[in-house]
Amino acid sequence: MTVQEGLVIASAADAPHPPRARRAQFSLGSWLLPVYTALALIFLLIPIAYTFVFSFNNSLKSNISWRGFTLDNWTNVCNAQDVCAAFGNSILIGVVATVVATALGTAIAIALVRYRFRFRSAISLLLFLPMATPEVVLGAGLASEFLGAGVQKGIGTIIVAHIMFCISFVVVTVKARVSSLDPALEEAGRDLYGSPAQVFWRITFPLLLPGIIAAALLSFALSFDDFIITSFNSGSATTFPKFVYISAARGIPAEANVIASAVFLLAIVLVIGQQVTAASRRKRLTRVG
Amino acid sequence: MAFSAFATGTAREQVPRRKSRVALLLLLPGILYLVLFFLVPLVSLVITSLQAPSAFGDVGSYQTAFNWNNYVVSITQYGDQIVRSFFYAVLATVFALLFSYPLAYFIGVTARPWPLLQNLMLVLVIAPFFISFLLRTLAWKSLLSDESGFVTGLKALSLLAPDAHITGTPVAVVFGLTYNFIPFMTLPLYAALERLDTQYLEAGSDLYARPSTVFRKVTIPLSMPGIVSGVLLTFIPAAGDYVNASREFLGGTGTAMMGNVIESNFLILLNYPAAASLSIILMVVILAIVTAYVRRSGTEDLL
Repeated sequence: MTVQEGLVIASAADAPHPPRARRAQFSLGSWLLPVYTALALIFLLIPIAYTFVFSFNNSLKSNISWRGFTLDNWTNVCNAQDVCAAFGNSILIGVVATVVATALGTAIAIALVRYRFRFRSAISLLLFLPMATPEVVLGAGLASEFLGAGVQKGIGTIIVAHIMFCISFVVVTVKARVSSLDPALEEAGRDLYGSPAQVFWRITFPLLLPGIIAAALLSFALSFDDFIITSFNSGSATTFPKFVYISAARGIPAEANVIASAVFLLAIVLVIGQQVTAASRRKRLTRVG
Repeated sequence: MAFSAFATGTAREQVPRRKSRVALLLLLPGILYLVLFFLVPLVSLVITSLQAPSAFGDVGSYQTAFNWNNYVVSITQYGDQIVRSFFYAVLATVFALLFSYPLAYFIGVTARPWPLLQNLMLVLVIAPFFISFLLRTLAWKSLLSDESGFVTGLKALSLLAPDAHITGTPVAVVFGLTYNFIPFMTLPLYAALERLDTQYLEAGSDLYARPSTVFRKVTIPLSMPGIVSGVLLTFIPAAGDYVNASREFLGGTGTAMMGNVIESNFLILLNYPAAASLSIILMVVILAIVTAYVRRSGTEDLL
């Protein structure tokens, strides 16, 4: 996932649901629009299907032509050791960057909604700019800073870079959640003599948790799939996307397809699970209300 | 603030209530981090872009200077790549808009009575995000290669000259950019169209406007915020991308974009001033285009 992808997801997740239209608008599309939509969605899925199918290819060195079906790639993913090491690095970097960025970003989001302070618009601009800057510029800028400071590039510098571009997305995602929070709940906690810390951990934090989890998942996804910024700041360390880029010239092992497909399936299960729980929660709420 | 140019669904703002040291404590770590690792790097990029080669240094060693000439050299030497970047990015943005609008309209307006279907289709739109960007592009490379069924089929039907290729050409690069950034266009469009009040459309047709007039005079203006964010979200990453245009992916010898030049100057040739000056040019041009575009589309309060 690239940096701007996060923004797309964050802003769409943020959109309030309008009252449903009572009547179906069928005059406009007739059959043309549904058919187009179906074809368009199939088109979007073609490369995913290709990657998935070729994860079962009984390939030799490069995985370009179909040589027969096998499950070996799935059962022995770590046969291609480089892939597994790179994948491990990506997970490590993703987890550390996510934890730090989520903590820093959540604090900023709470401050932005709840407090008055000077330089507000300057801070908003500082949070917005990383999302509007092309990744090459972010990567080259950080790399030139490291160069000037004489920092040795490696996993540490990759983590530093990933935290940087994740913060803004965490802020956008969590801010929406903070804004929708009813302040009366916290006031009730204070009225009942809860200390500020108790009010925060017992009331504010649990209510913000869905937003924080969404922000963390988004950060992890951004970090896990980042290639451009990573390639400028990685030195000799490899991540999964960097491995794919480097081996593109001589052929990608099928194990890379296995990892990508597995990650894809996991993500889809998570998203659909979230959709289902959200839908059932909505149903419950409407029944009560 | 600037955020709303991108986030089409801004939550309603609460009135900030308290003034406190707590705010400082909450803001400081994150803001300091961004200053240190976003703002300082940009300054460092400007300084690097003005450096001159060290008098007695090796390749890749430079000293601080005010060598404005670096910019002139970059623009004259890489003029083609600079023009190409923005040309490809504009094409990809236009194609993505044409592809996405009907899709987003169907999901956001036509499918409204079926929320579950809406959500399922949205998941399918963002599904490509969950598979590695690089593998997606490599999949297209194989699917469009000379040996692929698609290309041999086109050649058998004489739609493509026998010695023609798709991969390695500008067509493939623009195709790749368009494909990779379609979800960036579809989601903001969907977010805008989902909130479109269909009563306005009914009002238009009640007043005897033809469907095409209703679309042009009502639907498009009402979905303008979505179009603006979609265009920005597609254009910015497309202009800076170098994966699609690189030779191991969909590009060829004559398709290099600014990102490719920045990458090779920085990581291979170790010509940091050239890479830095090109980065600054890319950033300045993008900011200028974004500002001008947002002003023109009549949403100047967004930026």
